[in-house]
Amino acid sequence: MANISLVMFLLFIAVTLGITYWASKRSAGSSAYFAASRQIKGWQNGIAVAGDYMSAASFLGIAGIIAFQGYDGFLFSVGWLVAYLTVLLVIAEPLRNAGKYTMADVLAYRLNPRPVRAMASISTLTVSTFYMIAQMVGAGALVKLLLGGYVTYNKAVIGVGILMIVYVVFGGMLATTWVQIVKAVLLMAGTILLSILVMAHFHFSFGDFFGAIGHVTYHDAKGQQVVKDFLQPGLRYKPPYGPLDLISLGLALIFGTAGLPHILVRFYTVPDAKTARHSVVWAMALIGSFYIMTTFLGFGAATIVGPDYIKTHGGTNMSAPLLAQALAGNIFFAFISAIAFATILAVVAGLTISATTSFSHDLWTNVIHNGVERKPGEEVLVARISAFVVGGVAITIAILLGPTANVAFLVALAFAVAASANLPVIVFSIFWRRFNTAGAVTGLAVGLLASIGLIIVSPSLMGIDPPTVTGAARHLIQAKALFPLENPGILSIPLGFIGAVAGTLLSHEPTSQHKFNELLVRSNTGLGAEKAGAH
Amino acid sequence: MVEANNRSGPSQTEWGQIAESQPFKDLMATKKTFIVPAFVFFVIYYFALPVLVGYAPQFMSTKVFGVVNLAYLFALSQFFVAWLIAGLYVRAAANFDRLAKDIVEKAEDGKGGK
Repeated sequence: MANISLVMFLLFIAVTLGITYWASKRSAGSSAYFAASRQIKGWQNGIAVAGDYMSAASFLGIAGIIAFQGYDGFLFSVGWLVAYLTVLLVIAEPLRNAGKYTMADVLAYRLNPRPVRAMASISTLTVSTFYMIAQMVGAGALVKLLLGGYVTYNKAVIGVGILMIVYVVFGGMLATTWVQIVKAVLLMAGTILLSILVMAHFHFSFGDFFGAIGHVTYHDAKGQQVVKDFLQPGLRYKPPYGPLDLISLGLALIFGTAGLPHILVRFYTVPDAKTARHSVVWAMALIGSFYIMTTFLGFGAATIVGPDYIKTHGGTNMSAPLLAQALAGNIFFAFISAIAFATILAVVAGLTISATTSFSHDLWTNVIHNGVERKPGEEVLVARISAFVVGGVAITIAILLGPTANVAFLVALAFAVAASANLPVIVFSIFWRRFNTAGAVTGLAVGLLASIGLIIVSPSLMGIDPPTVTGAARHLIQAKALFPLENPGILSIPLGFIGAVAGTLLSHEPTSQHKFNELLVRSNTGLGAEKAGAH
Repeated sequence: MVEANNRSGPSQTEWGQIAESQPFKDLMATKKTFIVPAFVFFVIYYFALPVLVGYAPQFMSTKVFGVVNLAYLFALSQFFVAWLIAGLYVRAAANFDRLAKDIVEKAEDGKGGK
């Protein structure tokens, strides 16, 4: 079994390295390296956005949550798609029209560039690094589980880290884009195949399928056999705080997706705002279809494999691969596992390029050197070097945390920071004439600190464990949680907005108001927007 | 500020003139009539889901056919509503593009004439 998995993993690695080699010859110069010369087609970028976005947390995580907690898990799926309406209606086109490589480009138009870029870059690096560590711990645990005979957790983490560094250093945005496209196509193919097999198992009768979902049998924590209707809400989000946590999660998704740096940079790879719009629509078609199919993946695993079996064969995250094994044997299990691996690689590559772009373009060129590239190619060189640093840091932290660390909260944190720090300042800088530098810096700082602070005192990190719980499974802080929700959005997002408003109203900056007209016209008409470059 | 110097293009006064011009005001008004209601509608429609599921679980468990309940159907409807809004937006945006194109062409002609 591990043999077949290994072959498929190696096949995917070979294909992506081929892409990287091809892209490396087309990545000279900032626009080529950071934005694939802005020549990606709308449908290609749409597929790449889907590949950038649908992480292992979606594919393995949501399938697992549905397999164990039924309907409540499906609620995740809904939010992950609907969030793209914010991207489509509010963010994608103005960003493409007014920016160059990063979200900070849009802020820097009318605000004092250095403090704003510095803060925006800190926020970008925080979101990207946290998200990356969560993915890498997941990748390490997954690869260890699938290739246990060949690879240890540490080697898996190092391997994934090296691959993402290679894609980004040699192939830049162009290689990252095509790795994401290949992954998205594989993920969709695997999910469609798995869904058809689930329905075939129920003789293509929705009545039989939903009938089985109504009677899922398993053993609870006390060892009692229970039969539950898995379409019933409330298996995960229980009173008193469950409903609030659900709303808080929704807020983080709806406002956070449009502030995720690795998603935003994708809109700079297309020729113009109209193409950016079409790429969001393509992405929504793919992402929506995928998340509707989590019905078959998750409920299929619950009814065909059963929570009892999954629990003793790798745990919740193995639900989708185990379903594949139950339906079509080891080769399909290996195929689905390889897709999960591809999924992680494509996402970490996207995170790496967005972090390095922000470090090089925002911090190095614009904050440290006042917007002047001292010699040609310096910006790209610095980005390549910082890819090694970012990759190295992520590898080190992932190894220190180890395979059993609870990292789900890092994903919640990334979305919370994106929603509480990034989104308010992007929206205000595009839509609010009075907005200024002090408002942007305060908004970013308050949003960032509130998200991190609330996560630290949330049940994710605080709690009292019985002595039987040991090692990484123990809560970091052994005390009752001060904030009752796992998702800080419901409090941190308003705080981010309030910070931005308060900072603005407490200071006076005539130039930012004066220059608002320029940003307003640019972002709404595309006048003077960055053009696609020739290879 | 340095960045602004790197770009050639209209001056601050010219940007101001475009922003104050009637065609630009028309563009902004046209955009607003679609985007604001669409945004408000989808946010309310989306948050109705966690609110109803969280605070009225009994009602949402009402079975419609077989075991399929209101909660699942409402969640499923979210996907189609999101796609519908996206489709309507693309249709409306064709109009924005037309208005924006006129403004850009006029501004670029003005530049060329100087």
